[in-house]
Amino acid sequence: MIRKKIPCAVLTFSTTTAAMSMEKKCGDYKIPGRLIPVPREITAGCGLAWKMTAEDYEAYKQKIERLNLTVEQIVFMEL
Amino acid sequence: MIYFDNAATTMHKPEPVIHAVVQAMNSLGNAGRGAHEASLDASRNIYGVRERIVDFFHGEDPSRIAFTLNSTESLNMAIKGILEPGDHVVTTVLEHNSVLRPLYEMEEKGVEVTILSCDEYGMVYPEDFAAAVRPNTKAFICTHGSNLTGNVIDIRQIGKTARDRGIRFVVDASQTAGVFDIDVQKMNIDILCFTGHKGLLGPQGTGGMYVRKGVNVRPLKSGGSGVKTFEKKHPAQMPTALEAGTLNGHGLAGLGAAVDYLNQKGITSIRKKEQALMEKFYLGVRDIPGVKVYGDFRTMNRCAIVTLNIRDYDSGEVGDALYVDYGIAVRTGAHCAPLMHQSLGTAEQGAVRFSFSHFNTEEEIQRGIDAVRELAE
Repeated sequence: MIRKKIPCAVLTFSTTTAAMSMEKKCGDYKIPGRLIPVPREITAGCGLAWKMTAEDYEAYKQKIERLNLTVEQIVFMEL
Repeated sequence: MIYFDNAATTMHKPEPVIHAVVQAMNSLGNAGRGAHEASLDASRNIYGVRERIVDFFHGEDPSRIAFTLNSTESLNMAIKGILEPGDHVVTTVLEHNSVLRPLYEMEEKGVEVTILSCDEYGMVYPEDFAAAVRPNTKAFICTHGSNLTGNVIDIRQIGKTARDRGIRFVVDASQTAGVFDIDVQKMNIDILCFTGHKGLLGPQGTGGMYVRKGVNVRPLKSGGSGVKTFEKKHPAQMPTALEAGTLNGHGLAGLGAAVDYLNQKGITSIRKKEQALMEKFYLGVRDIPGVKVYGDFRTMNRCAIVTLNIRDYDSGEVGDALYVDYGIAVRTGAHCAPLMHQSLGTAEQGAVRFSFSHFNTEEEIQRGIDAVRELAE
């Protein structure tokens, strides 16, 4: 059975390199989340997206903004 | 075998490089083609190499490094990707065919090409570039080190000349990357083309290019990118723009380990060791009757290459004798550098190139000197 869905923030990128940069920096700065295949509802450049709970996103939003990452879009959805 | 053909490829690779390739071949998926761990590990690995390479050349950001097969691919991409019919480009007789042939192709398409000649030492100078500038000069394309003579060119000053005039500066670092300090920002380099298998001590089939922010290069290839699948055009974002198709993840793992090795060992100490071996060899052969050495030895701050001829002997014959009778591997013939050979007057005879690595020993150098002396008798 498919997993229960919860409110999430999904950050998309235009290149795999940008996604890797996100993962690396989130690791360095202890920002929660992980890379997932881009959900079909989203049109994104790169097939990888960074998924974190909406709650975590709100808590780490300012930290993420300061990282100067090349994020294509941020989508909020049940995932 | 005594291996003195390190300018062709460094045969002796550090153990961690070999280990990294084997480990990668046992574990990596296809980078950027999935979100499972095997694919993510490949992407992480390649991203890590991008970071190390961009730091090594002092670039601004890992996305400015595109990986290619070798310098030839990088140079083709740079030359065909920035020049348009009607543009003028300045280059030198020192260049390898990986620069000259793409330029001859562009010449047929209407690009004007000025090829700077060298002096008796086989050198070109920054002021030669400045003097060749025309209103339509788009780029300077220059080797950092001659693959034939080992002469090192003052790319820092040429870069300044280029930037002051709004001209693109493309550097072929095939012979110097991994041995000489290269700072793309301080040297005003717009595109740096490098190979992984020479001084960088990585596997063959690895290489790349640094492209400065704001410089657009038209890609040679388009195709699979793992991103923007439904768009008809290949993505324009770096580095994806210049990396169609599956990357050589296994080789790049080795290149990453090689950069770690270089950083740990320090390229200054590597260069000093290589230059000391070169100097010993040069001093040992230069006064042997019948031996003619080519290149600029007024300074020893040069690539660890000594190129020579013995009397009027065919260079190929000398190379064969060196290998068969002494077990010494060198490169003879034309070295893909036709204009440099013509300038030195060696187009017919070719030349015998000895190129050294920090893995060579003084004893090997002495055996090389003795072999040249015997052959010259």
